[in-house]
Amino acid sequence: MMLSTVKTPPHITNEKLVNLYKEMWLIRYFDEKVDQFFAKGMIHGTTHLCVGQEATAAGAIAALQEIDKITSTHRGHGHCISKGADVNRMMAELFGKETGYCKGKGGSMHIADVDKGNLGANGIVGGGIPLAVGAALTSKMKNQGYVVLCYFGDGASNEGSFHEAINLASIWKLPVVFLCENNQYGMSGSVKEMTNIENIADRAGGYGIPGKVIDGTDMIEIMNTVYDAVENARQGNGPTLLEAKTYRWKGHSKSDAKKYRTREEEEEWRKKDSIKKYKELLIQEGLLTEGKASQLQAEAKQEIEEAVKFAENSPEPSIDSLLEDVYA
Amino acid sequence: MREISYLEAVREAMSQEMRKNEDVFLLGEDIGVYGGAFGVTRGMIEEFGPERVRNTPISEAAIAGGAVGAALTGMRPILELQFSDFITIAMDNLVNQAAKLRYMYGGKGKVPMVLRTPAGSGTGAAAQHSQSLEAWVAHIPGLKVVQPSTAYDAKGLLKAAMDDDNPVIFYEHKLLYKTKGYVPEEQYSIPLGKADIKRKGKDVTIVATSIMVHKALEAAEVLEKEGIDIEIVDPRTLVPLDEETIIESVKKTGRVIVVHEAVKRGGFGGEIASVIAESEAFDYLDAPIKRLGGLPIPIPYNPNLEKAAVPQVADIIAAVKETVQFK
Repeated sequence: MMLSTVKTPPHITNEKLVNLYKEMWLIRYFDEKVDQFFAKGMIHGTTHLCVGQEATAAGAIAALQEIDKITSTHRGHGHCISKGADVNRMMAELFGKETGYCKGKGGSMHIADVDKGNLGANGIVGGGIPLAVGAALTSKMKNQGYVVLCYFGDGASNEGSFHEAINLASIWKLPVVFLCENNQYGMSGSVKEMTNIENIADRAGGYGIPGKVIDGTDMIEIMNTVYDAVENARQGNGPTLLEAKTYRWKGHSKSDAKKYRTREEEEEWRKKDSIKKYKELLIQEGLLTEGKASQLQAEAKQEIEEAVKFAENSPEPSIDSLLEDVYA
Repeated sequence: MREISYLEAVREAMSQEMRKNEDVFLLGEDIGVYGGAFGVTRGMIEEFGPERVRNTPISEAAIAGGAVGAALTGMRPILELQFSDFITIAMDNLVNQAAKLRYMYGGKGKVPMVLRTPAGSGTGAAAQHSQSLEAWVAHIPGLKVVQPSTAYDAKGLLKAAMDDDNPVIFYEHKLLYKTKGYVPEEQYSIPLGKADIKRKGKDVTIVATSIMVHKALEAAEVLEKEGIDIEIVDPRTLVPLDEETIIESVKKTGRVIVVHEAVKRGGFGGEIASVIAESEAFDYLDAPIKRLGGLPIPIPYNPNLEKAAVPQVADIIAAVKETVQFK
């Protein structure tokens, strides 16, 4: 549709645009909450938070159709929420509960909802890229019409799987869109230190596919660019490599003193807060008022509080379940 | 009775299944008009076309990971690795992805794929093209591991592997490709986890895998003339392992030798020996369990050195005699 000043994909209604604002808060509150619980030692294991990266989850997945699929990363809570996951079951999984998406066996890095087209987060950097290509091969061979949106980070772009899988998708013209969330750091390794190119999207030329850099804090730009790439792939024209420049506000995982970057740099990126920018746009377009915005934000916060209650009140998995599901 | 080669049996199993099941397809390096490094897929691209016999770039990680993604979304891929040594490059996709997705996802999703690959020494291909690494994958929960020793077993076990809803690593032996045997024309399935007694005997049990089944059979012929009656158990699949058949045989003979081509140290023979030692068969043992396996060296090039690196018929005969003489 066309707003007064901006264009969005044709299937995006005004109502959807407003809902996305709430979705971004759901993602942020979910991970803020998880952060608090880790700090208090109420969740064990590890987790990777996507605070600051809400737009690449919400904006890109909004550009998809219901049938489309995603593969996610270790920093994947936002992708899950945007692909329609139930935050109660997500939170329960982080608590290791039986009601969690993985019955308490996966934790933060393995949440998947295969039936809903979320083929899973992945604890191996770059691990999801070949899987996305394989899922796209199924779409092509079975003529199923879906496209796979493959998330990965700047760190993963230096893995062999990135090279092998993108080349394969390119020669077979598979319906997959590779979306690099370049959040500037692979753990402590700055993208400037670990690659010798300005843009990871520039590597697209090496595979004979289109590549494009986008502002990872701009919902509308993400939505439109991903939509174009996805529809191009759906028409049989093969993959695109997109790179969204973004930033993770928090550390890599729970124990990160962030010595490898400055507080000034962090502050610069916080000023580009995608949620704030998106709110201003919706207000400017007359789709949202300050009052309505506060209400949606409060609703999101409430849903996360309820997810916590659900998780806390859920049963522990039975020890008897230990041997289940190793084999189908 | 129709006799075909081990290689033809593998090809026939795939072709028959592909005629029936649209979801089954092949991917691998040079499997198209070239027909695969050993000629297993020769003629298949002509019958099934390039969509279902997918010639890939030299990208073992993408082939394996692509197969996982395709399997997870409803296909039943068979991937061929030219040499089983190259599994090292595909390993993340097998070990961290294929084997674990279902468990990590709490029982959602399945990964019905078969990885076929030739293993073993004896072709002069030296250290990076001659290994037997089956113990690596047998160690990983979530994978199944198959090692057919005959043409008949190859066809039936491959059918079972293709029907299985889990990732199956299917080891073919290069030196067995040309061996011939009775193979029915129609499809048949040999259940994974069912050992086969390749020779019945009463004095000594030899648990042998893959090509060692044939070496054990040769040894048994020689030993028979000396009055030693050998029973040969071929597990056929390492995961799942038919412990019962092994244990029953050892209970009967009281003496056992475990033999495989893979390096003895950390090899699967240690697992088989332990299964026996931990079982009721322990009380029936009249001699210590003996293991024969490859020397702890990379496979050398020179043919004499290459032969000396892995157990041969004479080694098996010597081991049997030691076992029999143990008081």
